[in-house]
Amino acid sequence: MTKQVQQLDRVIIRFAGDSGDGMQLTGDRFTQETAAFGNDLSTLPNFPAEIRAPAGTLPGVSSFQLHFADHDIVTPGDAPNVLVAMNPAALKANVADLPRGADLIVNTDEFTKRALTKVGYAENPLEDGSLDEYRVHSLPLTSMTVKALEDFDISKKDAERAKNMFALGLLSWLYHRPTDATVRFLELKFAKKPEIMKANIAAFQAGWSYGETTESFSVSYEIKPATLPPGLYRNISGNTALAYGLVAAGSRSGLPVFLGSYPITPASDILHELSKHKRFGVRTFQAEDEIAAVGAALGASFGGALGVTTTSGPGISLKSETVGLAVATELPLIVIDVQRAGPSTGMPTKTEQADLLQALHGRNGEAPVPVVAPCTPSDCFAIGIEAARIAVKYRTPVIVLSDGYLANGSEPWQIPDVDSLPEITPGFAEAVEGEDFQPFKRDPETLARPWAIPGTAGLEHRIGGIEKADGTGNISYDPANHDLMVRLRQAKIDGIARDIPPLAVDDPSGAARVLVLGWGGTYGAITAAVRRVRAAGGRIAQAHLRHLNPFPANIEEVLRSYDKVVVPEINLGQLALLLRGRYLVDVIGYNRVRGLPFKAEELQTVLQDVIDS
Amino acid sequence: MTDPLALVPKDPERQTAKDFKTDQEVRWCPGCGDYAILAAVQGFLPELGLRRENVVFVSGIGCSSRFPYYMNTYGFHSIHGRAPAIATGLASSRPDLSVWVVTGDGDALSIGGNHLIHSLRRNVNLKILLFNNRIYGLTKGQYSPTSEVGKITKSTPMGSLDSPFNPISLAIGAEASFVARTIDSDRKHLQSVLRAAAQHNGTALVEIYQNCNIFNDDAFLPLKDPARRDDVTVRLEHGEPIVFGADRDKALRRTPSGAIEVVSADEPGILVHDAKAEDPSLAFSLSRLDSPTFEHTPIGIFRQVERPTYDQLMREQLDEAVAQQGPGDLAGLLASGDTWRID
Repeated sequence: MTKQVQQLDRVIIRFAGDSGDGMQLTGDRFTQETAAFGNDLSTLPNFPAEIRAPAGTLPGVSSFQLHFADHDIVTPGDAPNVLVAMNPAALKANVADLPRGADLIVNTDEFTKRALTKVGYAENPLEDGSLDEYRVHSLPLTSMTVKALEDFDISKKDAERAKNMFALGLLSWLYHRPTDATVRFLELKFAKKPEIMKANIAAFQAGWSYGETTESFSVSYEIKPATLPPGLYRNISGNTALAYGLVAAGSRSGLPVFLGSYPITPASDILHELSKHKRFGVRTFQAEDEIAAVGAALGASFGGALGVTTTSGPGISLKSETVGLAVATELPLIVIDVQRAGPSTGMPTKTEQADLLQALHGRNGEAPVPVVAPCTPSDCFAIGIEAARIAVKYRTPVIVLSDGYLANGSEPWQIPDVDSLPEITPGFAEAVEGEDFQPFKRDPETLARPWAIPGTAGLEHRIGGIEKADGTGNISYDPANHDLMVRLRQAKIDGIARDIPPLAVDDPSGAARVLVLGWGGTYGAITAAVRRVRAAGGRIAQAHLRHLNPFPANIEEVLRSYDKVVVPEINLGQLALLLRGRYLVDVIGYNRVRGLPFKAEELQTVLQDVIDS
Repeated sequence: MTDPLALVPKDPERQTAKDFKTDQEVRWCPGCGDYAILAAVQGFLPELGLRRENVVFVSGIGCSSRFPYYMNTYGFHSIHGRAPAIATGLASSRPDLSVWVVTGDGDALSIGGNHLIHSLRRNVNLKILLFNNRIYGLTKGQYSPTSEVGKITKSTPMGSLDSPFNPISLAIGAEASFVARTIDSDRKHLQSVLRAAAQHNGTALVEIYQNCNIFNDDAFLPLKDPARRDDVTVRLEHGEPIVFGADRDKALRRTPSGAIEVVSADEPGILVHDAKAEDPSLAFSLSRLDSPTFEHTPIGIFRQVERPTYDQLMREQLDEAVAQQGPGDLAGLLASGDTWRID
């Protein structure tokens, strides 16, 4: 049978199953195959906070969405064209996101009366006509896998568990993915269990062959490689990129990295990643709590290390006092907040941007801290280095606002040339013959104080949280000195605006009257929405903030250049509040706080409405 | 025994106490026990012969935590309760430093209790001096976690309700490898304990009974009063029978249940102190002898055992990683995993 091959420019696939079904692994493998093939791509994992929620229930559903294309794309996609549902719960939790005409691949073996009842299906949706608007492929994936593996010396349970590889094989056939890397991956993963390894490879190949021979799929699809700038690429998630950025910052500055951290979702993977890189001199310290984690990092910074702490919003609350101490002692410190839905415990595995005001203002006293935010998963690499550059140059704590979406999402990354990365100069203080050391004497340009580390003869000094006299650093309760020190600390941070790029505006028409201004992890969704608006003939300008404190020097000028400014945020208007308060510009907020990234389509509507109004 | 100061540079010049004094005016209340401790520390440090710039004092918040300002070394006056955490980061990344923590009963045992117990179990190379005056001084006289039950203070006009911590028992329970107690007014004993702490490889906890003459004067009177002190002070010396009393007529003995009783010194089976016993039960039993009324209060080194330090193990892991995988190669790291080239 000759099968038809259809060309597509992009596809969005979502794998959904029970959290024990291996959907994240399946998605990761499909992503690697797709990356190796040369498509542009973007991913969105979505999993429950519970490690193993009860099997077959809605809270136990784990999914992985992948958007890939023959052109440059910026989001994991709004709605899947293909949903793979491994059980009724996965179908029920995801079917509402499917557009009419989407492909639905269902594992019928799991659609038993009991499983259906468990999630509230009175009738089997595969039989009652409720899925008629989709192209449903009802396949007994589990039993086909078991049958394909009947010659292997493994238990039925192990055979059943390989059903995700069968599904991966089928999808790999359907979209013409290369398979060698997955076979190699399985050989490595199960190197110690040869029979399981062979069985998984066989299941993967059986899925592929099934696609080729079955009549359920008459068409397969080709998505040509994307034209990306030449270079060496890899796929990278935000958390891995941040960890690499910190290793790179250590390497470029010559400072040993010291990470103090306490495990917390969704930041723990940075700790896990950095703990693997001891050969770079990276020390990772799993502390007894969030406070000790940042305290140890600050202690290491005092000793001349690049002190880093990683956490999420609840941890930032606990670390606030120590961040204030770092402000007062003017020591370099990197504080990474991988934001999640709050307040309090909130929704640990869901994304949000609601820690912006906390990062800027969540400390006692006047305690200004530079704040930066990556805009894509791969940008987390550059932002790690940028945070270190600012922290070291200005002797200040720097807060990085990543988020759960960037942390777990992934995209292709053009691996930079190491020599092109910024140099960071620690510039430790040295004793000057015949001069009394003044620990709070500032560099006239940066207003940074000297970083004099223990072990340097002649620079013995005492620092701390009590107000210090300008210059000498002696304890001081002098009113005029306190006023001066408060202003100096503020001026030092404000002055960083001279040392960061101006806010760039993208407006190909040159005639837009509406600006959309975002920050952090919403870059992809806003960019996709802007492209849609422009494709439909609309004119819109786009700018995106990576530096939230201080803002780029030209921000006010940019804001005043447009009739209307739209600020989409996954919070209730925190950037909008800052812009209104500082520049008296009546920005239009668009705010949804659902624990999910924006969809390009919803933002397109919002932007178009503002343009039309 | 591993020398914890082996990697700390030595000063070729002979030092004196004066070398460790700063030009800052000391601002404790006149008569405060902290003066005696400061003088004892400044007087003892020259013995170690370490370069001043390689000595660091880290403190939290409270009267005692002003200590670093008066030491002509590096110093970090941090925030309430967090000194052990900050010192842990410093000591585990700088083996060439001698790191001391100065803290009080409120700082170490109340707001910073968690950091104290975890630094003790980790055994980072830190020397923790816990000034215990059984009161909050800097906040002007509230009861502390070592105050006796029923303490009448500004915040407890009808008497405090909570049972105190025994810092020595707590430290032993937290797996501390070195635990000692001394008294601000006994300079010779204080310095001998500091010396042993400095030479100990790992975290050392030294509780120093310190008099707050403003808010809790004479809290340790029985141990200081010349008429009574020899009668109630039990001096612990490793390897020596535990005999005490003005006439050295009292001694300690273990009961069959493992507790400790005071008996006449001529009784058989007098306890010989063993600070180096692996099993901490003797040290713990000794720590329970202390009571608010000071009928018999042990001072000296309760426990002193060798076990690997956290900072050394951490260094070894870094060395091992380099030995196994070679030194870090950034370009190689960035290009690790599945890559592809676009021409």
